[in-house]
Order: sequence, then C-alpha cells, then structure tokens
Amino acid sequence: MAGGGLGSLNSLPKHYGYMAALWAGLPAFFLFLAWLALEGHYIQSMVVGSLPAEIQAMSDDEIGLYYNQLVGYAQGSVDRSMLNEDQIAAANNYQQLVAKGQAMKFLLVGSLAVLGGMLATIRVSPELRARNHVENIFKWILFSCSFIAVLTTLGIVLSVLFEAIRFFQVITISDFLLGLQWSPQMAIRADQVGASGSFGFVPLLVGTLLISFVAMFIAVPIGLMSAIYLSEYASRRFRAITKPVLEILAGVPTVVYGFFAALTVAPFIRDLGESLGLTVASESALAAGLVMGIMIIPFVMSLSDDIISAVPDSMREASLGMGATMNETIRKVLMPAALPGIVGGILLAVSRAIGETMIVVMAAGLSAKLTVNPLEAVTTITVQIVTLLVGDQEFDSPKTLAAFALGLVLFFVTLSLNVIALYVVRKYREQYD
Amino acid sequence: MTKDRFKNTALIQASLKKRYARERRFQMYGKLAVLAGFVFLFVLLFDIVSKGTPAFTQQHISIAVNIDVDALGVSSTASQDEISKADFSSLIKSSLREMFPDVKSRGDKRQLYRLVSIGAEYDLRDKVLADPTLLGKKQDIWMLAHSQAASYLKGQITRVIPEAERKVKNQQMDWLDRLREQGRTKSSFNTTFFTYGDSREPELAGIRAALQGSLFTLMVTFALAFPIGVFAAVYLEEFAPRNRLTDLIEININNLAAVPSIVFGLLGLAVFINFFELPRSAPLVGGIVLSLMTLPTIIITSRAAIQAVSPSIREAALGVGASKLQTVFHHVLPVAMPGILTGSIIGMAQALGESAPLLMIGMVAFIMDVPGGVTDSSTVLPVQIYLWADSPERGFTEKTSAAIMVLMGFLILMNALAIILRKRFELK
Repeated sequence: MAGGGLGSLNSLPKHYGYMAALWAGLPAFFLFLAWLALEGHYIQSMVVGSLPAEIQAMSDDEIGLYYNQLVGYAQGSVDRSMLNEDQIAAANNYQQLVAKGQAMKFLLVGSLAVLGGMLATIRVSPELRARNHVENIFKWILFSCSFIAVLTTLGIVLSVLFEAIRFFQVITISDFLLGLQWSPQMAIRADQVGASGSFGFVPLLVGTLLISFVAMFIAVPIGLMSAIYLSEYASRRFRAITKPVLEILAGVPTVVYGFFAALTVAPFIRDLGESLGLTVASESALAAGLVMGIMIIPFVMSLSDDIISAVPDSMREASLGMGATMNETIRKVLMPAALPGIVGGILLAVSRAIGETMIVVMAAGLSAKLTVNPLEAVTTITVQIVTLLVGDQEFDSPKTLAAFALGLVLFFVTLSLNVIALYVVRKYREQYD
Repeated sequence: MTKDRFKNTALIQASLKKRYARERRFQMYGKLAVLAGFVFLFVLLFDIVSKGTPAFTQQHISIAVNIDVDALGVSSTASQDEISKADFSSLIKSSLREMFPDVKSRGDKRQLYRLVSIGAEYDLRDKVLADPTLLGKKQDIWMLAHSQAASYLKGQITRVIPEAERKVKNQQMDWLDRLREQGRTKSSFNTTFFTYGDSREPELAGIRAALQGSLFTLMVTFALAFPIGVFAAVYLEEFAPRNRLTDLIEININNLAAVPSIVFGLLGLAVFINFFELPRSAPLVGGIVLSLMTLPTIIITSRAAIQAVSPSIREAALGVGASKLQTVFHHVLPVAMPGILTGSIIGMAQALGESAPLLMIGMVAFIMDVPGGVTDSSTVLPVQIYLWADSPERGFTEKTSAAIMVLMGFLILMNALAIILRKRFELK
C-alpha cells in the first residue's frame, strides 16, 4: 500500500477480508460435513470388526441390534445389566474411538481453515482482483442453492428406486402391477399360505381412483361454477370478499380434514345410509372422497378462474355484441376456448387427490377390497405406504420395501399427470398471448 | 315482407323468455356453488369449534385431605426425598372414602376413586414438597377431576343417555351432584392443556411438547429453506444463463412443487435416516424434509418478488459502478424483501400444517416430555392431532378439536402477517 492509499487497491478492503474468510471457511465447512456423514459408518465398522468372531457371524440385523445396545450403554441411556462382557469392552472401544474422532475432527477442520486463510492472505496484494474473486465464489454458492432442487428430485428417484428394485427381486413386477389381492401382513412368515402373490397393486389403484373420483365429483362442478360466477357475474366487491374466504379451505391443514372426515362426515353418512336402508361402511370411500373434494374446491376454483380470465375480452364482447346472453357466451364461447386449460387444471387437481395422505389415512379403510361401490371401505396407495412404514420395521422384509415400490408408482403417476397438465396449460396460455 | 318481420320478432320474443330463464338458472347455479363452498367452510369450522371449546375449561373437585404422616408412612420432619417417595395415591383414596362413608362395596369404591384424575396424587405431592408444613394438617385441596367426571360436570353427558351406554354411572353422578351442591366443584381455564405433554389420561394431556416440537422443526425448516430459497431465486432471476442446465433446474422446481408430500417423507426415511443415520423422530430430520418440501414455494414467490423490482433500480446501481452481486444484494433484495418474506411465511404455514412426511420419519412417538433440542425425540402439533384423533375416548375428541383450534390460530396469525406485509409492499 506504499503511497497510494486506498485508491491504489483494486477492490474495497472488505473484499480482501471476505476472500480470506471464504477460503478459510468453505473447505473447512465441507470437510466438517463430510466427516459428520461418514463418522458413524466408520466407527461402526471399526467396532464391529473388533468384536469376537461368533458375533460377527450373525446376520446384519442382529449385529445392528447388538451394536445399538453397546452404543446406548456408552452414551448412558442403556443400563449396564443389559450387556455382556464383550459388549462392555466394545463400548469402551467405541468411547475411545469417538473421543479420538472428536479430537481428529477438531484438529483437521481447524488446520484446514488456518491453511485456507493463510493461502488467501499470502495472495493479497493491491493488484489482486478480490471483488471479482469473491463474487465468482458467491455465484457458485448461488448456483448450488438452485441445484438443490435437482438433487432433491434425484434423491427422491434414487431412494425409492433402489428399495423398489430390491422389492421387485422378491415379487415380480407383473405380480405387483396385475395382482388382484393386497394383504402385506401375510408375508411376515415365508412359509405361510399365500405369502407370495399378496402384493397385488390393483385393489389399491382402484381404491385410490374411486376416492379421487368422488372428490372430483364434488370439487369440479362447485369449483368451476364458483369460478365462472366470481369472474363473470359477481361484483368486484363481492369477489374481493368471497375469494379469500373460500381460499381458507385450501389453507386448512389436511389433518384437520381427516379429523372432520373420520369423526363427523363418516358417521353422518353411515347414519343417513342406514335410515335409507343402505349398508354403509363406517370408513366409506364416500366420506373420505367428499371431504377431499371440499379440500380441492379452492384449488379447482383458482385454476379455472385464472384460465377464464385469460380468455381475451374481445371474444366476450363479440359474443355479447351479437346479442348472446351471458350464459350463452360462457357456454358457447368462453368454455370451448378455456377447455384445454381447465382440463389441465383438473388433471393437477387429480394428482393432488391421488397424493393426498392424511384424509385417507384417517378416514379410509385399511383392508384392500376390489370394489367400485363408494359406500364400502377401500384403501389407497398413500394409506398403505403409511401403514407399512409407521411403527417398528425391519428394513429387509418385502413388507417395508413394498412401501417404496408404492412410493415409486405414486411419484411417477403424479409426475406424469403434472407434466401433462403443465404442458396443456402452457400451450393454452401461448394461444392467447 | 312486413308480415314476415313481425313473425320473426314474435319468434325472437318467444325464445327470449326461455333464454332469459336459462340465464337466471345459470346464475343461480353459480350462486349455489359459491354458497356450497361457504356452507362447507362454516360446517367445518363450526364442528371443530363446538367440539373443541369445552376442552379449554377444566374441572376441579375439592377434597378434604388429612395429610396424615402415618398414612403416608413418613415422619413429620420428612426430607424431600422421603416425601417424593410417599404413597399419596392411597391418601387420596382414603380421603375420598371419608367424604363418602356410605360407599362400601369394592366396585363402588373403584367408581368413587375414578372421580379424581391420576394426576391428582402428583399435584398433591408437589404441593407438599413445596410446603412441608402441610404435613399433619387437614385441608381442603382442589384436585383435577377425572375426564369422565369432568364431562358430566361440563354437561356433556346427561342422565338422558341410558346408563349402560355411558361411562359415568348414576351413582357417580349422584356423588358429583352432592359435591356441586356443597360448592366443592369449580371450573377454570385449562392451563394443563398448554403446559403438559402428551398423556394416556385425557385430562392430563397437553400440547406443550408438540408445540415445542413444531417450533424446533419450523426453526430448522426456516434456517435451511429461507437462505437456500432466496439464493436460488436470485441465481435464477439475475445470474442464470439461458441454457439446458437452467431449464432443468426450473422444470425440477416446478415439478417438486407438485410432488405429494408423503414422497418427501420416503426421501427423508431412505436418505437422512437410513443412509446418513440422523436420529429418528427428531425435529432436525423433520425440519430438513419440510424445508425441501417448502423450497419450491419460497423460490417461486421470491422470483416473482425479484422480478417485480423496477429495472431502474438495477440500472442506477450498475451505472454508478456497482457489480452485479452488489446490485442484487444492496439494492434489489432489500426492495423485494417484503414479497420474499410474504412467500416464506406462507411456506412456513404450509410446513406447520404438514404431517404426512413426518409420519414417515417416526415423529409419531408418544412424547410426554418437552423436547430440549433439535435432536430430541419429539412430535409436532398436526401429528399430535392425528394421534389424538385415533383415541376413541370422548376426552380426546375434545382435546383434538382444541389442538386444531390452536393450530388454526397459528396459521391465521401467520397468514395475517403475510397479508399485512403484502399490503405494505403494494403501497410502495
């Protein structure tokens, strides 16, 4: 800085500081994360490797249980009386390894930070374009933040795909996709009658579609008519009040709808059915579908509203100018023009209904019955995923893996519905832009 | 010629009537549809509020207790340790027997004991621990009523229902009536509901642990989703070149917004719990999963807010020599911040009400203790609602509705905040 003062610097002083901080902080931070991710696996393999041979000969699950016990003891949550001598020795070993790992981590991360900081400091000179340097690093940080979306999709696909492939090694794909019977509980014991072939996906699909159909039967007419009324007939003030109020329905948590469906709507429908002489299951598809339909009304309404508003006013005015009534204009001019967009919106709503979980978990049944009668209890894909995965689970049984196969199907069905819907909506928008 | 024209006019006039009638019918269908929406909303809210309101009061019964050192099996100068081990349960039972000396048979006695909550003995113990001078004194003590007794005192169960169909028997009702006549019952605001964790007994169950769990989970969600979402939006709006990679990112964000929430739960289970071995049932994992789920919402709304910033601000900053990054962080983001915050609050409200993915990662445990950190086992408010909704007891139905009211209260608060922010933003 000889003589020139601040003016001779390429960048503001703080940029040099930022640069040193980034060089010191970023690599150390990543090392720290990587360490945290790998430490558990490494320590486990070290400890298990030092266990007596007869224990190492056990299955992976048993070793896992054995290991968890000794870790629990080492962390003070499991009582000593639960363990044998070998485990206590291994627990001491574990404690030493953890302590060593702690020290190593501290040392390595610390020295990497110091090293990075020093490297950056050495490079500091008035000519160094520190601002550009810092901004380049920042651009990369910004990019990686947006790349997380891609990583998430990748993570979803890989995690469900891997487990699903393991599932399809036990149950063939055709048995799964074409089987007419679903009873995963049977498969606990391999020698049980009917243990194979009880993973037929068809009843779940039919149940899911039945409930979704009931939901659409409620949501589409009400949502669409509300949208038409609010966008074409209602006064500005009425619309300004009504729309947000109806949108409250979209903000209600799904667990609340589930409670409403299970404790109010389902008993009401059952009693109503009984008074008419019908037998209605207490967990009827009708109740779950009805409440799901209520949830989806604002969704259909907002989407159709957007689409109808996007139809150019010139078309409306031309039709009205020719002497058509408003209702003729809507039915003969606006609807045909808006139809592709509305169909796209309905497809999005269907994908919402198929993926909806809490309402059906609380209000639909568990037993997979192949029926299209909405008064009976059916089960859905999402209900089965939840029942298979909630509670204790061993990770190798086809029962647990089946949940991931279902997840895979669910992901691809909703994904393709969305892709088609978004494509249709976009095409429609382009038409009038 | 003129005759024909008249005929046409007559035809048109005749059809007009029909057309106008159809027009009126069509308008009416529209009104009915809007009305149906309103009715659904009203029924839903009314159902929840009418079921949940009684849960905000709790019932106490005053019992004359002789805190006898012999009955407790402690000395009159007992240490804290001794008192905490003493048998307060049988003390309460004997006090109840003294108040109703005519109760003789075993079955009747059991019914008598079920007037007060199991929690009463711990309350009494804490009271004596706090004030050891109570030892040896006879005193009237307010005790929490059992949930079934409470439902009679609140008037939810009446004698109209046949005795076989209700859990509160006639004789219990007689006792409660007698207590009420003596002024030994009182109803007060239910503080237990807000200060306790979950419990098997409806009258002792509270939402404190679930609220704390929700708070921790949302903290993790916000800490991850807000910076990542805003940075991603900045990149896509201000820096991203028009190429395949950018398209891929945009498509992914749009699709993630429509992926069912339960699939995020599967991701959390397979990746964070099974692969990275993060603790099950912990707000840490819950927060990570929910942040991935809310990211698309935050990115999409933040992009809209950044787009809405007038280009003149950017050009002015660039014109006086600011770099692209300085322009964005010093000038564009502060202007877009209210819009970004609005979107983030809406995303957080979604995360607060979400429960399906959290079921997958084991946040459905029975949690009595208030979690102390992001790695402790915990549950969240919507999952607590799900758990209680499964319990058939009347006391829990009421608690479920009350918990829903609290949850909806928070959601309304958050959305109101978002609306206020948006209004202020629009004024600028």
